[in-house]
Amino acid sequence: MTHIAIIDYGMGNLRSVAKALEHVAPSSQITVTHDRSAIRHADRVVFPGQGSIRDCLRELAHWDLLDVVREAARNKPFLGLCLGPQALLEFSEENGGVECLKVLPGRVVRFGELCDPATGERLKVPHMGWNQVHQLNDHGLWQGIPQDSRFYFVHSYYLQPADAALTVGRTDYGFGFASAIARDNLFAVQFHPEKSAQAGLQLLANFAGWNP
Amino acid sequence: MGLAKRIIPCLDVDHGRVVKGVKFVAIRDAGDPVEIARRYDQQGADELTFLDITASSDDRATMVHVVEQVAAEVFIPLTVGGGIRTLDDVRRMLNAGADKVSINTAAIARPEFVREAAERFGNQCIVVAIDAKAVHGEGESPHWEIFTHGGRRPTGIDAVEWARQMTEYGAGEILLTSMDRDGTKRGFDLALTRAISEAVSVPVIASGGVGTLDHLADGILIGRADAVLAASIFHFAEYTIEQAKRHMQGRGIEVRL
Repeated sequence: MTHIAIIDYGMGNLRSVAKALEHVAPSSQITVTHDRSAIRHADRVVFPGQGSIRDCLRELAHWDLLDVVREAARNKPFLGLCLGPQALLEFSEENGGVECLKVLPGRVVRFGELCDPATGERLKVPHMGWNQVHQLNDHGLWQGIPQDSRFYFVHSYYLQPADAALTVGRTDYGFGFASAIARDNLFAVQFHPEKSAQAGLQLLANFAGWNP
Repeated sequence: MGLAKRIIPCLDVDHGRVVKGVKFVAIRDAGDPVEIARRYDQQGADELTFLDITASSDDRATMVHVVEQVAAEVFIPLTVGGGIRTLDDVRRMLNAGADKVSINTAAIARPEFVREAAERFGNQCIVVAIDAKAVHGEGESPHWEIFTHGGRRPTGIDAVEWARQMTEYGAGEILLTSMDRDGTKRGFDLALTRAISEAVSVPVIASGGVGTLDHLADGILIGRADAVLAASIFHFAEYTIEQAKRHMQGRGIEVRL
């Protein structure tokens, strides 16, 4: 039986992530855990996150998971969600500036004053609600998901990967930003697939069966 | 192309049962929150809001159970309001599967509660609900005040100022209800909606008074709301969510279809 570990480091509600995975991968064993050994032995790892980046990294350190997350992100199917991909980059502007896990090159930047280029209307921050994701390649995790499908977002900071080749999904909110990044065994999204109805469930199902 | 404006059906829950009569065609149990949530999800609801109107706090555990059941089957954002007074209330609802909690009376009683909740759980999951009523006389410049106890008790707090303060304290979203319009089917208080939406940087959900599909579109186009919340027009199957979205799209609003 495939074992999918959802890393639990005390940041936010992981029940929804677990429930959505159980829904799409009923034959997998899903565990929500902060146990180093369980994460090391899992076949697949999900790295979610909510709240602030400073608390995220502090809690990862508190549970002694920094190296385990870095290792999993390099050697097995790994899915980052929401704050997860932000933590994987090098540095975030949030909380006055925070050094991150440096698994991927790039920074996390706050949305500034935004205007809709078409209407001139001021855009709200956080970027909250259903926005389109433009798939930039035919990655296995996009399989069965129509181009430009909408996913549920809620965030005030966005990913700015240093290598353009990392970006596999782009979303417009006043300008285009990276809403999905990927490299080798790693796929990470700024949105919440567990809250994105059919499109999100399809992405999670794809991850459960993904063999990079 | 860009962010869609949201439609959010709101369900009142008492002792674990949906009340105020939801009348879907061919629904087996009109009081079952899970079945109704599933139906709205199928129709394309962008989020769901549950308002716990159970009077006794002893029965809060029932609401936790409802949220758990819905979250296990419906994969869209869930907001829970009603009786959220402590950090522990927030934690219980989020752990049960809610994505956001809506705080109303407790914020008025102690505004710092909003700050504490946002710092602990993140702004993204803290919605502040504002119940406002017009208090300006004929010919005076518009002015709204916060009311509690279902619109019966004035607080003397200016609604626009309050919305601003609450976002400074960490509210990630404002759920704005016009107590003048709630239940009237005359449409949102558009001047109020616009005043609040322009005063804050976070998204605003307009609520109170929807009777037609044009009211929904007006809330977005004239009120400048980011989302619209309604109960009865959807519960009584006057319109489906999809019909509402098609209508809004016809008026040039970006929606998720």
